[in-house]
Amino acid sequence: MPKIKIDGKEIEFKQGQTIIEAAKDHGIEIAHFCWHPKLSVSGNCRMCLVEVEKMPKLVIACATTAADGMVVRTQSDKSLAARNAVMEFFLINHPLDCPICDEAGECKLQDYTYKHSVGESRFVEEKVKKGKRIQIGPYVMFDADRCIMCSRCIRFCDEIAKDPELTFTKRGDRVFLTTYPGEKLDNLYSMNVVDICPVGALTNSDFRFKSRVWEMSLTNSVCTGCARGCNIELWVRNNEVLRLVPKYNEDVNSYWMCDHGRVNTFKFVNAKDRVDGPHIRVEGNLVRVGWDEAYAEAASRLKGFSKDEIAVLGSAFATVEDNYAAAKFAKSVLGTGNLDFVKHVDPAFGDDILRKNDITPNSFGAELAGVKPSKNGNDFNGIIKGIKEGKIKALYILEDDIIAANTELESVFAKLDLLIAHATNFNKTTVLADIVFPASTYAEKNGTFVNFSGRVQRIRPAVATLDVDRALEGMSMSRWDKFGTKFDRWAQGKHFDARASWKILVGLASALGQKMKYGMAEEVFLDLAANIEAFNGLDYDTLGEFGVQLNNLNSKPSDKN
Amino acid sequence: MSEKNIPAKKRIKDLTLLEKVYVPEIFKGLALTLKTMLRPKFTMEYPEEKFIPPASYRGRPILVMEKNGEERCVACGLCARVCPPLAIEVQASETENEKERYPVRFEINMLRCIFCGFCEEVCPEEAIIMSMDYELAFTNREDAIYGKDKLLVPVNQSSDKIGFLRSYR
Repeated sequence: MPKIKIDGKEIEFKQGQTIIEAAKDHGIEIAHFCWHPKLSVSGNCRMCLVEVEKMPKLVIACATTAADGMVVRTQSDKSLAARNAVMEFFLINHPLDCPICDEAGECKLQDYTYKHSVGESRFVEEKVKKGKRIQIGPYVMFDADRCIMCSRCIRFCDEIAKDPELTFTKRGDRVFLTTYPGEKLDNLYSMNVVDICPVGALTNSDFRFKSRVWEMSLTNSVCTGCARGCNIELWVRNNEVLRLVPKYNEDVNSYWMCDHGRVNTFKFVNAKDRVDGPHIRVEGNLVRVGWDEAYAEAASRLKGFSKDEIAVLGSAFATVEDNYAAAKFAKSVLGTGNLDFVKHVDPAFGDDILRKNDITPNSFGAELAGVKPSKNGNDFNGIIKGIKEGKIKALYILEDDIIAANTELESVFAKLDLLIAHATNFNKTTVLADIVFPASTYAEKNGTFVNFSGRVQRIRPAVATLDVDRALEGMSMSRWDKFGTKFDRWAQGKHFDARASWKILVGLASALGQKMKYGMAEEVFLDLAANIEAFNGLDYDTLGEFGVQLNNLNSKPSDKN
Repeated sequence: MSEKNIPAKKRIKDLTLLEKVYVPEIFKGLALTLKTMLRPKFTMEYPEEKFIPPASYRGRPILVMEKNGEERCVACGLCARVCPPLAIEVQASETENEKERYPVRFEINMLRCIFCGFCEEVCPEEAIIMSMDYELAFTNREDAIYGKDKLLVPVNQSSDKIGFLRSYR
């Protein structure tokens, strides 16, 4: 392999790589604004100027192809002076309004000002003003003063979102980022420009001014918006999810995620309609009761039905662990073969970038976990038919608002003698339910999802419940979480009385006189890994940060899109 | 101070005759008392008479209220970040003003505050300053949490302090 020398360190590179790419692969960071590993090279910011031996002038590392034997100096006097000069130019027209800028704390310009600039300006004239608070798209706010004209957002729309909407107009210090006439920045991936904007010019208008970034904790998780399973970070303050940000995983989502996932998949976690504690229907109304009372009520009522009169529906929204526990609960505790889950497919949702038509995060995982009818049992259509005919009288539903997806089922479910539902929020299904167990959301529990391609990925708790304590569970903690007391108003975020579905099933099994010996989610997963071929040999450690692709799959997912 | 400088404690056997007689020592003591009585007083009859601190004094932190009745603070949260005992909580929100951001909630827990003045030092807007106010008393935890209603003080009441801050910038 050819080699180049960067700052005295000899590194190998692949033919065709640029200096900045070769350096990045070996953990050497060359300062840059406009270069992005997934976007084309623009070379306009001039921040990555480095000295290369035998070249008369400094070159930009992002657009210079590495050649064998090249000697690059990033810390020489010349390149330090060049970076300082570039920074001084950038800061001439930058408003320096960091106190009111949402990007502060995660701003490349801010970081580089400390690292690569002497921190003094010689510019005394008026700064160019181009306008603030320009709503450039439904979710993106543009502040033209802060823009450093790196063109990353333009290239993102052109190359990744495949929907050219942004462009520069004018020249020199009046260069202005704007949308094409009549266009808005409203592609399905528009908010990624907020992440790649190296300054605070493009900000998330959904998250605007909600919190400073250093006040939040972040937890790696998986987006629940569709079957892609984009890797995300959950940003939490005071036990409330405030924003989702994509996390790099080359095998799944690269650096990106769609706006739907980013905006619509976390607000229910802290919504007012969360189910807080178990509820039992008394005289037509759902009344909050204690866990033991709810378990006892559910157990005694389930005992009143014969095995074939009961059906269990798993959920493509619940984790693999929850579904495995549900399958086990149905088969060995209730003894019923009427077991299935509902697929939610929206043919209009998918595209050929990230979005998939299957709008649930774990339909493949539910299938693999064994949520399917046994030989004599009924599948979903059979269960519905059975309810209509009066053969199935009791239905147990895991986290899935089936009625909202198909309102015709409302009259069918009304025929049931007993409907038990696990739900995170009160919904159209809980309206009919006799017993509602409060299920933890994906942001409150450990577990795994299997995405459309058969990749197993971990979710981790980011929001504490009464069942899951932030410190004891080793969840990520901000400074506020660490030092808050019950007397601090900023530490009194709502803790819901909810449990992971598998845990509810363990409790209910015990009330029915059967033991499901699981104490934590990983034990469910280990049991499943031992019993289901596709998961053999896996545990939470081997899944690691980026998940594991399942190989020995017997079935392939039906929805390829 | 080294040990040599500390006078050894006198034992009874070390006392001179005059000291042993005791009466002259009483008069010596009374003379000192009398001398002190005639000196000018430096105690104050607080609360009738108030101590007016110098401009450098660090009393309770306040928020500067501009003449138009609005706060200077833009809710950047640096004071909350720098505050060693985590006494400050800031929740930002958006306004229609030119400065887009303002604190919709600004609370200082005076039971946590240690009057270090870091908030004043870090503030980029000269919006939070340590006032001359040292009279703080509360009877329960809730009262000790000062919201914007108690924190906002018109700018003209703090001109001494602001002048001091500017002279040492």
